[in-house]
Amino acid sequence: MSGIKKVSSTPHIRAKDSTAKIMLRVILALLPAALFGIYNFGLKALLIIVISIVSCIIFEWLFCCITKQKNSIFDGSAIVTGLLLAMNLPVLVPWWLVVIGSFFAIVVVKMLFGGLGQNFMNPALGSRCFLVISFPKLMTDFAYDTFSGATPLAELKNGGEVIVQNMILGTEAGTIGETSVIAIVIGGIILIATGVIDLYVTATYLLSFAAFVLLFAGKGLNLYYLSAQMAGGGLMLGAFFMATDYATRPITKKGQVIYGILLGVLTGIFRIFGPSAEGVSYAIIISNLFVPLIEKISIPKCFGKGGERR
Amino acid sequence: MSLFTFQGGIHPFDGKAMSKDKPITDILPKGNLVYPLSQHIGAPAKPVVQKGQRVLAGEMIAEAGGFVSAPIYSSVSGTVLAIEPRRTVTGDQVPCIIIENDEAYEQAPPINDKAFEEMSKEEVIAVIQKAGIVGMGGAGFPTHVKLQPKEPEKIDTIIVNCAECEPYLTSDYRKMLEEPEKLIRGLEIELSLFPKAKGVLAIEDNKPDCIELLRKLTREKENIFVHALKTKYPQGSERQLIYAVTGRAINSKMLPADKGCVVNNVDTVIAICNAIEEGLPLIYRIVTVTGDAIKNPRNLKVRTGTLYSELVEEAGGFRRNPEKIISGGPMMGFAVFDTDVPVTKTSSALLCMTKDEVAQWEPGPCINCGRCVEVCPSRLIPSHLAEISNHFDEEGFKKLNGMECVECGCCSYICPAKRQLAQSIKSMRKVMLAKAKSNATKK
Repeated sequence: MSGIKKVSSTPHIRAKDSTAKIMLRVILALLPAALFGIYNFGLKALLIIVISIVSCIIFEWLFCCITKQKNSIFDGSAIVTGLLLAMNLPVLVPWWLVVIGSFFAIVVVKMLFGGLGQNFMNPALGSRCFLVISFPKLMTDFAYDTFSGATPLAELKNGGEVIVQNMILGTEAGTIGETSVIAIVIGGIILIATGVIDLYVTATYLLSFAAFVLLFAGKGLNLYYLSAQMAGGGLMLGAFFMATDYATRPITKKGQVIYGILLGVLTGIFRIFGPSAEGVSYAIIISNLFVPLIEKISIPKCFGKGGERR
Repeated sequence: MSLFTFQGGIHPFDGKAMSKDKPITDILPKGNLVYPLSQHIGAPAKPVVQKGQRVLAGEMIAEAGGFVSAPIYSSVSGTVLAIEPRRTVTGDQVPCIIIENDEAYEQAPPINDKAFEEMSKEEVIAVIQKAGIVGMGGAGFPTHVKLQPKEPEKIDTIIVNCAECEPYLTSDYRKMLEEPEKLIRGLEIELSLFPKAKGVLAIEDNKPDCIELLRKLTREKENIFVHALKTKYPQGSERQLIYAVTGRAINSKMLPADKGCVVNNVDTVIAICNAIEEGLPLIYRIVTVTGDAIKNPRNLKVRTGTLYSELVEEAGGFRRNPEKIISGGPMMGFAVFDTDVPVTKTSSALLCMTKDEVAQWEPGPCINCGRCVEVCPSRLIPSHLAEISNHFDEEGFKKLNGMECVECGCCSYICPAKRQLAQSIKSMRKVMLAKAKSNATKK
């Protein structure tokens, strides 16, 4: 036998899954919603998606070069951020707005705080909120089918009529990726089936929001209103793809349940009592800020300190 | 009936198919034999032989260095060549007794010639102590200490750890199939020390033949039961095993005996039977030689002190050049530099792998996915603990219950970012334990 063999600390085997593979599955899961967005809003939507992804990758690469860090673009997270950002933009935004959004998401929210896994806020959502505040007019221009109107959620808030079937199908006004409940849920099922997420955050979020609407919207047990609230706006996209973002949700199951309830309550407050019809983005980024506190109170009881099983 | 198990754990590729159908074969050592004086937890043994002295097979060559210690026996007859430091599986230089084999295998008189039925409890324990029996699952805790808890009347369950949850290992499996009577006999001897206790053979359900065989053989025994456990790593970890079998959870500040349990490995129980019935000290060990780099994976009955390189030869040598060689299983075993290290009482396997999965991956940043939390059998937050360990934050480590880690390695296994979580936590635990120890001695 020749030579000295490699040694290392235990364990000596590793599971096959990796960060890049997880990111790939998230991208795959986002495709149904992205493709529906392109079908619904036309090729302009594809253009925005491409600009967003490409500029996110370039900004991350540039940041790594300038700060002399190891290049991190191959973990796939920049693609996920770019795709998610595009999903959160209305189709009529100019190209430079997309680039600014990518810059804010990647450089300000993600890389300046330490890069992958270190950001305290979902980059795509942080950037969306930044854009909404900075360019309110451009970010709320939801012209659809030559009819320059509001999103169904805004209609609902103003007492107008909405067609819930269209909202579930997605043939409605909104941002590129948020309109189709069906496409998003298909993506969500992909995420769950491939073990990327579980339902702790998503289910507690949706359920607590539904409960909030039933209790405080003043509509009583109005299923039409409730289903329009559930299907409208960014709720589904947020609940399946943004609230479940690993880096910005609590790590323990207990923490995730607390976080989900907080999300539901905040979304309810913003949507029902706030001036805007939409509230998912703010609910998520504010809840992100509570995560360190939630982590503090949700340290699991370790084995052997919790008494007997039976 | 639902299977017995615990929360958390992983399902790695088990690799047992390579060697599970290979019967145990006896091999004789060819070169010199090397006996480290520290093959157990506790004080190292003290040599009782001198250079140049002739010894017999089964003769004591080093006596126990204290209560928590165990004597060491020569496994061949021959001459003591030297007492000097040699490298062992952990990579450390440890004082060893080196014996030249005269190939006569002249046997020393048995250490016990009394019939079991005529022995008192104290005599039984004395023979077990004298035989140098230690926990052969890997930790090497002296068995006689386990059998003398502070409150022996409290012990109600003696668990034989037949889980063999480590991937690739098949030595316990073969023993169960080939020497089940000895296993049951050994358990009966243990049970005689604790009249109130029942014996439980706890076996993972990936060994249905063992479960069936042992159930058949224990049908008539009123105080021996066979429990099928869910196949999951680390099912054979002492705390997880006790929980699966009895529902009692112990933590780092408790011993199994505090919750009325004694846990022993298959090989240990068989060694007890051999010591009492035949007066044999612990000089044999079943070692699984396996891995994709080995030509003919096998289960070998090896005399302790034999070098691993001889085992590789017995298994037909290397099929391909191994990149990594592990003494023990892939989850808890020691990676060795080369095979010129001896088989000890706690060696369960020699695993030769053509690929080192650890070196293959570069650790990336934690993405906070939470998988380590899901698999941790101690219900900790390994990613946070590892981060805290890297910063030597003792307060934070205690707050997150870092001392409760059982070092099973599930977190490192599952981590998609390939972070060395277990390594960080283990190093921190070592520092903390050393500190606690030095503080205790100061007081």
